Amino acid sequence: MKKLISAAVLGAALASPSLADTTKVGFVYIGPVGDHGWTYTHDVARLALEEEFGDAIETTYVENVEYGADAERVMTQMALSGTDLIFATSFGYGPDMNTVAARFPDVAFEHATGYIQETDNVSLYNARFYEGRAVIGHIAGKMTETNKIGYIASFPIPEVIMGINSAYLHAKAVNPDVEFNVVWAYSWYDPAQEAAAAEALIEQGADIIMQHTDSTAPLTVAQDAGIYAFGQASDMSAFAPEAHLTGILDVWAPYYAERVQAVIDGTWEAGDVWHGIVDGMVGFAPMSDLIPEDVRAEAEGMIEAIAAGEYHPFTGPINKQDGTPWLADGEIASDGDLLTMDFYVEGITSEIPN
Amino acid sequence: MILGSINPAVLLAALMVAATPILLAAIGELVVEKSGVLNLGVEGMMIMGACVGFIIAVNSGSPLLGFIGAALGGMALSLLFALLTQALMTNQVASGLALTLFGLGLSALLGQKYVGITPPRTPKLDLGVLSDIPFLGRAVFSHDIVVYLTIALVAAVWWFLKYSRAGMILRAVGENHDAAHGLGYHVKRVRVLAIMFGGACAGLGGAYLSLIRVPQWTEGMTVGAGWIALALVVFASWRPWRAMAGAYLFGGVVVLQLNLQAAGVRIPVEYLSMSPYLITIFVLVLISSGKARGSLNAPGSLNRPFHASS
Repeated sequence: MKKLISAAVLGAALASPSLADTTKVGFVYIGPVGDHGWTYTHDVARLALEEEFGDAIETTYVENVEYGADAERVMTQMALSGTDLIFATSFGYGPDMNTVAARFPDVAFEHATGYIQETDNVSLYNARFYEGRAVIGHIAGKMTETNKIGYIASFPIPEVIMGINSAYLHAKAVNPDVEFNVVWAYSWYDPAQEAAAAEALIEQGADIIMQHTDSTAPLTVAQDAGIYAFGQASDMSAFAPEAHLTGILDVWAPYYAERVQAVIDGTWEAGDVWHGIVDGMVGFAPMSDLIPEDVRAEAEGMIEAIAAGEYHPFTGPINKQDGTPWLADGEIASDGDLLTMDFYVEGITSEIPN
Repeated sequence: MILGSINPAVLLAALMVAATPILLAAIGELVVEKSGVLNLGVEGMMIMGACVGFIIAVNSGSPLLGFIGAALGGMALSLLFALLTQALMTNQVASGLALTLFGLGLSALLGQKYVGITPPRTPKLDLGVLSDIPFLGRAVFSHDIVVYLTIALVAAVWWFLKYSRAGMILRAVGENHDAAHGLGYHVKRVRVLAIMFGGACAGLGGAYLSLIRVPQWTEGMTVGAGWIALALVVFASWRPWRAMAGAYLFGGVVVLQLNLQAAGVRIPVEYLSMSPYLITIFVLVLISSGKARGSLNAPGSLNRPFHASS
């Protein structure tokens, strides 16, 4: 329903006459802009674009767009109504975006976290969230007293598995006894389910919760239980000030601004970027005073080292879970390896669901 | 050793909480269907309750007022359904589906300014010595008041339908509205009242999520709980206590699979995660199958429009 309304509004907005030199930018969102997680951060960036470019651009968005026919329809409508640049902000839009892009060669398409690039007007961008996970893994390893860390995961895809491995390796590095309990919620966003998952993990002795899902519910549960947790995607400290240690932030605005500027200048070309802390795409919520000062300093140090390119979170020696060697001493994981990661590293005791 | 590290008392406590919102919505829908009306708008009424209850609780600072507001919010939306199906004689299935879509959209609109706010918290009930009983204290006597009121509501609905005169009239209307009409009962009045009750219960179920379970407002936060409630009613063959057993079973599956995962038990997670929804689809298929209706104890006039002239 809401989708219909927003699509109608979009149609009306795009049909209205506008200045010829206005650049139109469309956004396709997988969730609601109010999720305070993934989609919210993209919309924050959209609003930042409006702020920065003023009358030079016109932005529109459609939220809660399902993969498949729905996404294709929304993007086609955007392209037909003269949109110059379309951002689709979820992994599953890949096939739909490439289909539409083939039909509209003059429109620039940008796909977040995707991998399909069939035409030269489809660009890919993603963030190295595993860099952030390394930092919070370090903090968790230092701060846990029960040596059990609860991890609420969404779906067993490389992005999520990479995050678990990164956090585990860095917790383990500072705390050899640390254990990770991973619970798969099979959802990116289901507050009640995430709350129940957090409770189950706490019951198993976890005293720090990490999440790769988008709701703030686990933070509230953590606060009620008197333990610590990390936020996700946006600064969630307001929801649980006594539990929230820090969180990985998704910062899309600089990249979006750069791409919009390229379209305005006529220099836009399809690319494939994977930005990290150094590019400002991966940020951190303010480090809470709950983190001991020395640990905070170490975390800051690690952030600087990663940003400076002096340290890569996946540096060998690292073995796979079954004990077979993956990275030799000093060897750094290739991006290709990371983007297809389907195994746990040595030490994690649970199994990845098929 | 499979269940070794899972404390059954904690599991029981968690499933009671997980089951409460769907049980509230289901018990309301059960009464609606007993009166011969199929309202597929449960999800929409739940999310309205979650939203309105949250807004009122935040502005008044009182969770109690929030819950009252949630019941009224769900009821207001159900009145729209009553108007469509009872006065304008529209198709119940289509109207119910529309109600869900409308509720999801309207709540997203109303709740826009309330994203990111923490509501006043509902305290857990202090049951004194009861909470100190080994096992039972943790499992059964450690909840907020809504959990107990929900069980009381199930008992009340059971008694109402089975023993009260008004309940028998409601059942008569649901079994055979022509006969009930012939006996001089106001079929539409009974149905509108039942629909309002269903709306209020669904609203309370939604508010349980936004005020106690999560507690926070985000659009679409019910994530299908209303559909599970609908399926529960059929699953329970329209019997209140069975609805409660079903809700605890559904809630139990959800909580159990999460606890098994957390305990590191190797289980096929994806199937367990799917199971509540698979059961839902299965019973929804049963609803629509003509043959299965009778054997399932479905009300005779369920989903049949009534007009005094026919």
